[in-house]
Amino acid sequence: MTKLASKQEWIMKLSTPAKIACASALGVLLVGAAASAKGLEYKDVADMLHSVMESDRTVYTRKVVNRLAVKEKVIKASEHHEDEKTLPLPAQMFRFGAEMVAEKTDKFSYSLLSVWPINKQNAPRTDVEKSGLEFVAANKGQNFYGEETLGGKKYFTAVYADTAVAQACVSCHNEHKDTPRKDFKMGDVMGGVVIRIPMAE
Amino acid sequence: MVRNAKFWTIWVIATLAGGAVLVAGMFYGGKSRANLLIGATSHGHHQIELACNACHTKAFGSASDMQNACMSCHADDLKTSKDSHPKKKFTDPRNADRLQKLAATECITCHTEHKPEITRTGGVTLPVDYCELCHRDVGKDRPSHKDLAFSTCANAGCHNYHDNRALYEDFLEKHAGDSVIAEKPIIALKASPPDSAHAQSPITQIAEADAPAKHAGSEKINGDWLATAHAQAGVNCSGCHAVGAKSAADIAARWNEKPDHNACKSCHQQEVKTFTQGRHGMRLADGLRTEEAGLLGFFENKPLTPMRPALARLPMQSKASERAVTCTTCHGAHAFNTAKAEVDACLSCHDDQHTRSYVGSPHHKLFEAEIAGSGSKGSGVSCATCHMPRETHENPDTYEEKLLVTHDQNANLRPNEKMIRSVCMNCHGLGFSIDSLADQSLIARNFTGRPSVRVESIQWVMNRLKERGVKADAPEVVK
Repeated sequence: MTKLASKQEWIMKLSTPAKIACASALGVLLVGAAASAKGLEYKDVADMLHSVMESDRTVYTRKVVNRLAVKEKVIKASEHHEDEKTLPLPAQMFRFGAEMVAEKTDKFSYSLLSVWPINKQNAPRTDVEKSGLEFVAANKGQNFYGEETLGGKKYFTAVYADTAVAQACVSCHNEHKDTPRKDFKMGDVMGGVVIRIPMAE
Repeated sequence: MVRNAKFWTIWVIATLAGGAVLVAGMFYGGKSRANLLIGATSHGHHQIELACNACHTKAFGSASDMQNACMSCHADDLKTSKDSHPKKKFTDPRNADRLQKLAATECITCHTEHKPEITRTGGVTLPVDYCELCHRDVGKDRPSHKDLAFSTCANAGCHNYHDNRALYEDFLEKHAGDSVIAEKPIIALKASPPDSAHAQSPITQIAEADAPAKHAGSEKINGDWLATAHAQAGVNCSGCHAVGAKSAADIAARWNEKPDHNACKSCHQQEVKTFTQGRHGMRLADGLRTEEAGLLGFFENKPLTPMRPALARLPMQSKASERAVTCTTCHGAHAFNTAKAEVDACLSCHDDQHTRSYVGSPHHKLFEAEIAGSGSKGSGVSCATCHMPRETHENPDTYEEKLLVTHDQNANLRPNEKMIRSVCMNCHGLGFSIDSLADQSLIARNFTGRPSVRVESIQWVMNRLKERGVKADAPEVVK
């Protein structure tokens, strides 16, 4: 009982962003635990991971960046956020999380890609990425699932549409000096989240 | 027949004995170890090459053991550098084909040790055009790069593999209009005192000195000490000579006539940490030994000795060749005159053209003017201003910032563009700084004169903006 009470106190002391981060981490861990306990299909695991990612990404884009940068105009969001004392861009927020996961586990990996990337490193590189991104852009509301062999290992690869959920997405991408496309509108598919899970041999 | 048997017996015994000496040298160290080096080590590691276990942490270690050894010394620097090519960017399976061309997840792919014949600047052992392996198509997106040789990416003052904090495109754009010399060329002066400095009352009387009678200092020593920040922060004789002693008897029992960097570390953790990361103090880093205890007491633990100019690969003055480099070598004991430590100490050992050209250079004139009182405080430029700069250190948990003197004199020299933001841009514009650091002849003259090298990076960034219709009215690049 004492232990539980002290744990609750500890959680209460955390700042709101820390709580959100903990909840997200817990969500991802629970997904992992359930997958191994019940032997879920690769597709189900990928779908569950994506639902956590998409929700966090939408929350950050709408409730942090769009609200504070576009609506309230109290702070900007920019690529060089440390130098410029601004918020990380939503795409960076997503990538930082993906890189932190990459340091922790090789059980899955994920990235945010687009056929219209501002950073050219985020253009599709594999055939499955290319087909997947094209498919989710052309078939709104549908996901893409495939298998591919990379570096001698077989992967289950899922691609999910990444859509413009806030005005900030549209305006930043349309106005960026490196953008290859300038006519994005709210609700457009702007790219895709690619999740890879190594398949058992 | 008997003769043959004897011969073979002696041969086998001699072979086994010789082999044993070599194996013992490999595992335990000692005098035979130097003969086992399979090739000269790089400039960055030669001082510690006989402490084999610094890198070879296990006798039959894996690639990841070696990687961990690299990171145990270099991880902090890579993090501070905002490494452009960190391992975590390459582990995604989508980069598997790139990793097959270049295993960018391991330091030794590009920095192989003991290969003097192929080791280039920065300890790089790959062919100079390695960028092409991944960035072959750069010309499609950037026409300005179309006909550039890949051998020029990382050595023309435009890009670095790891540290691009002063070279990234938006930073170049932001500083395109910088003037050669800033409006207020002043450097932040006062380093933050150690936390312990606030804990005690100042000492104002020599009578308060707590050295035991038989170790009492001379009048000069006492006078020097009383005038320092040490006495003002309440650091008594025992603070350095008997660290942690609580009573007079304890002080007498623990008295250390010649305190080393470990005594300094009890208050100046960051300074000593960075000292043991740089070329002056790396031989004193914890755990580096030329000999490991073992084999029934035949070998004992022997740490590396302090650096001496005789061991250096840079030109040094012969009269200083056997001087052991510790904290007091530059700071002196008791007086701790930082003005001497930041120029005189350097000039008393170093004997290369850059050092010799410092005296009389524009930077030196500013330093002399400040010392003489005719220049404003913070306007002087000493050796330490650039090579041991005061830098802001942020506590990642509390965001508390401290201004501390980095004692790793090489931290901002590998490569030299690392000093642009922390040092040069305190007084100079970005373009002027990039050009100056790319001009080897100007560096040899210790920045007497103007750069004759012109790095086009800022101009190209502005051209690109104009081509894309952004900032058509951008200011002309100042050079």
